[in-house]
Amino acid sequence: MKKIAREIAELVHSTSSSLPSDAERAIRSALRREARGSSACMVLETILKNVALARAAGTPLCQDTGTLTFFVDASLRRKAPQSAFDEAVAYASSQGWLRRNTIDPITGASIDSNVCPGAPVVHYVGSDAKEGHGTIRLIMKGGGSENMSVQFSLPDASLGAARDMEGVRKCVLAAVQRAQGFGCAPGLLGVCVGGDRASGFEEAKMQLLRDIGDANPVPALAKLERRILKEANSLGIGPMGLGGKTTLLGVKIGTRPRLPASYFVTVAYMCWAARRGVLVV
Amino acid sequence: MINLTYPFSEDVVRELKAGDVVSVNGRVWTGRDRLHKRFADGGAIPVDMRGGALYHCGPVVVPAIPVHPGAAPWRIAAGGPTTSMRENPYEAAFIEKTGVRLIIGKGGMDATVLAACERFGAVYLQAVGGAAAVTARAVKSVENVYFLKEFGAAEACWELEVEDFQCVVAMDAHGVSLFESVQRESLARFKSLIKAV
Repeated sequence: MKKIAREIAELVHSTSSSLPSDAERAIRSALRREARGSSACMVLETILKNVALARAAGTPLCQDTGTLTFFVDASLRRKAPQSAFDEAVAYASSQGWLRRNTIDPITGASIDSNVCPGAPVVHYVGSDAKEGHGTIRLIMKGGGSENMSVQFSLPDASLGAARDMEGVRKCVLAAVQRAQGFGCAPGLLGVCVGGDRASGFEEAKMQLLRDIGDANPVPALAKLERRILKEANSLGIGPMGLGGKTTLLGVKIGTRPRLPASYFVTVAYMCWAARRGVLVV
Repeated sequence: MINLTYPFSEDVVRELKAGDVVSVNGRVWTGRDRLHKRFADGGAIPVDMRGGALYHCGPVVVPAIPVHPGAAPWRIAAGGPTTSMRENPYEAAFIEKTGVRLIIGKGGMDATVLAACERFGAVYLQAVGGAAAVTARAVKSVENVYFLKEFGAAEACWELEVEDFQCVVAMDAHGVSLFESVQRESLARFKSLIKAV
């Protein structure tokens, strides 16, 4: 195996087994807010115990090792082609770092290596880095949370949501309300305002790459992020939907230009097992 | 924390209340979409689950030396719960026919299952979603496996011996569902948040 494929395989391993420290910190501070002895408390304590166990043993944090989406600086296109990612993922699968998690939609057969046309997903994105240098980012998103991702088209009469930031806020809260009990709360939201149906989901997912503690550089979005986080946590849904003060760990909002006729609000729901990793080449 | 030990008796199960934190010990069988479909299609299920627990779970398994003579040559590497609602159409009949007392999963189940819990003396337990490593550690041995070839590892029925598998009673045998009350209250709050200002 080439050096780059080996490094990508290691990235997959560490991402699968080690929760990013910002997510762990956010869960720890959530635990301090919940009432002692409550089911919310029990859930968060179990999550933290799980995080420590998986990290120490190098085993998957969650049995659903998810869809692997790589965002790769375009300057690495030659050094890290799709074939390097395929090789890395096949190896990671053989080592038990990934579940046999890829299904042929027609036959229902399992593709045990998790490698086939379309998997893993590799996006090459624009970058100023020098040829042969750059960053590889990985998101591993499980099916339970992906099933809760949703796209709204504004205006939406049922929510009373118009084509403005207030409409966006209503959509995002509706997505949280809808995900309760299913998305493995406390979760993280990546949101895209605008774009077409495909780029909306792409941008929403890319927002999940941001550090939970960062602030949006766009003041209007920073304000909206803070407000939605506060309001969502006032819904009382709580960890795993059993009630409590922590429903979300963070909200990250980005934008894409839209057509005059379209106004999409896309919400990528990420579970507490917000697995993401970075490899600098 | 309330300790529950297999076989889970009807009396003990009926005493549980939504919101109780419990520790499950003893026999647990995994079963998800394929097992429920087979059951609904009238296929035989060669497992006696009476007084046991059914766990909605598709584990990551690895070959291993059996923990004791007679155990199966497997180890559970990761085994958190999967979403339970997909089994809503089958679960009430499943509880009635098999006599399971505990249903363990994620996200809760519908009114038909809640009614079956009340009628037959069963409860629905919420395991912590995604907590695969903790759950794997609670599994002390893999005693047997059914339908491995036919369903594949994630869908097979794994007979497990667990110790201190912690869950929250989310639906009890008195018709109370924690999800229902959280849903009702959050919906009211949600409506007030999106009301036109």
